[in-house]
Amino acid sequence: MKKNILLTAVVLGLACALPFLLSNYRTFQLTLVLVYAIALLGLNILTGYSGQISLGHGAFYALGAYCTAILMAKAGVPYWATLPVAAAVCFIAGFLFGLPALRLEGLYLALATFALGVAMPQLLKYHHLEQWTGGVQGIVIQKPDAPFGLPLNPDRWLYFFTLAVAIVMFLLARNLLRGRIGRALIAIRDQHVAAEAMGVHGALYKSAAFGVSALYTGVAGALGAIAVQFVAPDSFNIFLSLVLLVGIVVGGLASISGALYGAFFIQFIPNIADEISKAAPWAIFGVFMIGFVYLMPTGVAGAIRLLTAKRRSA
Amino acid sequence: MKRSAVFLVVSLGLALPAAAQKKYDPGASDGEIKIGNTNPYSGPASAYGTIGKSIAAYFKMLNDQGGINGRKVTFITYDDSYSPPKTVEMARKLVEQDEVLFVFQTLGTPSNTAIHQYMNMKKVPQMHVATGATKWNDPKGHPWTMGWQPNYQSEAKIYAAHVLKTKPNAKIAVLYQNDDYGKDYLKGLHDGLGDKKSMIVKEVSYEVSDPTVDSQIVQLQASGADVFFNITTPKFAAMAIRKTYDIGWKPTQYLNNVSIGIKSVLEPAGLEKSVGLITLGYLKEPTDKQFEKDAAIVKWREFMKKYYPDGSLIDNLNVYGYSVGETIAQVLRQCGDNLTRENVMKQAASMRGFRVGTLLPGVAISTSSDDFAPIEAGQLQRFDGKEWVRFGDVVGK
Repeated sequence: MKKNILLTAVVLGLACALPFLLSNYRTFQLTLVLVYAIALLGLNILTGYSGQISLGHGAFYALGAYCTAILMAKAGVPYWATLPVAAAVCFIAGFLFGLPALRLEGLYLALATFALGVAMPQLLKYHHLEQWTGGVQGIVIQKPDAPFGLPLNPDRWLYFFTLAVAIVMFLLARNLLRGRIGRALIAIRDQHVAAEAMGVHGALYKSAAFGVSALYTGVAGALGAIAVQFVAPDSFNIFLSLVLLVGIVVGGLASISGALYGAFFIQFIPNIADEISKAAPWAIFGVFMIGFVYLMPTGVAGAIRLLTAKRRSA
Repeated sequence: MKRSAVFLVVSLGLALPAAAQKKYDPGASDGEIKIGNTNPYSGPASAYGTIGKSIAAYFKMLNDQGGINGRKVTFITYDDSYSPPKTVEMARKLVEQDEVLFVFQTLGTPSNTAIHQYMNMKKVPQMHVATGATKWNDPKGHPWTMGWQPNYQSEAKIYAAHVLKTKPNAKIAVLYQNDDYGKDYLKGLHDGLGDKKSMIVKEVSYEVSDPTVDSQIVQLQASGADVFFNITTPKFAAMAIRKTYDIGWKPTQYLNNVSIGIKSVLEPAGLEKSVGLITLGYLKEPTDKQFEKDAAIVKWREFMKKYYPDGSLIDNLNVYGYSVGETIAQVLRQCGDNLTRENVMKQAASMRGFRVGTLLPGVAISTSSDDFAPIEAGQLQRFDGKEWVRFGDVVGK
């Protein structure tokens, strides 16, 4: 236990020191890693813990991003105040989408969510919504400065802001998933008849999992929009949803720390692939993906768990 | 003798720095000029990736020939998969980590919109962006951004002027793609018609995701229009041309420059069905028979064979890449030894009738401090079943 606390302290210390050691550009990339980590955590709650596959989480990411962008650009709301709104909107959207989707299982649910992911960019272009969404042109937003005269440049400030939000989100997820609710979700995933027999309200839990999952992804979208300073329908195509799914599988299904590893993977591997070959970057990406899945079938988190267990027994 | 030699050395020593003072910003040095770029090498718009590759090939050729004023060009290009957040990330990498002198030919309207503010805040030139949106010509608001190709609005205005001149009582039908590109054209058309806007009897749009535009064409025909503005991207242009012919509608048809490839659009549509199409050309079409022996196109073909052998010889995007390469090479030549970002912008904004061989005869590149639209001219041309036949004068500025 003590070891764990020590480890957490070291990781946190490192996370706080990094922006001062790295360039602004790298700090920006790390901010994106944190953003993806929150999104992956959200998807993991749904897919990893409650066993429902979503191929459309990019839609919730987009929803969160647009909530923030519209509030900031059109209503002049400060960036931090947009996060709770994005969270609430995405929770409701996720919960409502979860209700009918409950009747669908496995592949059918995957298809329904896929439809959502495919439809989202076009809905954002819908011309009756254009006065808010800006249509294909998207919305440009301003990058926030550090408050209270803190001696941080905007990139560093945004990194720490995102880090703080990420820590809170991770702690909440940990409490949620390691307690009653987490156990109930896992029970539904593994044996839903037995879970219902034990008094777990399957429908409610599944919709709630959908809602919470969408909430996390939406908050990530909101933070992503602030970091990138721009939203447009083209930013949230179906690839985003697929890449998020890749992230949780590579990082480790049903693992909280896996979200972070997955985030590093989806942030940096495409860049490495691009540097290896301009002709076929996605083919290289595919090789990496196959390599990871083959060498670490339970994801990076699973592999680390195995390694530490081995060392302990040795 | 000795004294005069000393005098000579001293005076040279004094004169030289004054005459050829070298000034550099990040990305430039005595031996190198670093230029950054983003292109969609993967993802939905990866067909455009060939532009990035042909530009890279152009710089390779340039370096083999000795570079620019003795400096080699290092061209750093990254894949952004046509995703604006990725463009932001890559542009930041180019500016902050690779420390390029400027970015050049970043591709796509949404991608360039995403980095528009950033580049201008950082005061790093966003040079000759690869999109025809009109907003890049804004020297006051965004003095660090410049377009290259004729923008959509000025092209549409030229068509409008032609209709007003040749068919003042026309009834106009418009098909346009429902995005910023289509709307930009439409605005140009409206502005060009001015108080004659009521000549437009029907406007119909389509989505990039639509499988066909058949029903739109039928609607347009039903409006009784005798002039048809076809504002579509290649795949849809081919379908629209074919459907128009097949249902026996015979309007005067204006086809936007985006889709004038003979092999890529007109052949799939049917060459006999494309007879009579009118468009505005500014670039020599590599598949057009009349340019078979054209010196610039022959030179381009040799360049392709030697430096970009994988590239397609029928794809006009590769002519485009070569032509923008020629343009930026001229800008850098004009910069001389003063390779600051400010001077790059200043030289790019002081081109006076610069001719690129692959542009149509009479079309030249001209800019000034309040005109950031390098190519604003073109010549109307009509398809005769085999090639584009130019007619009338070079129009536009």
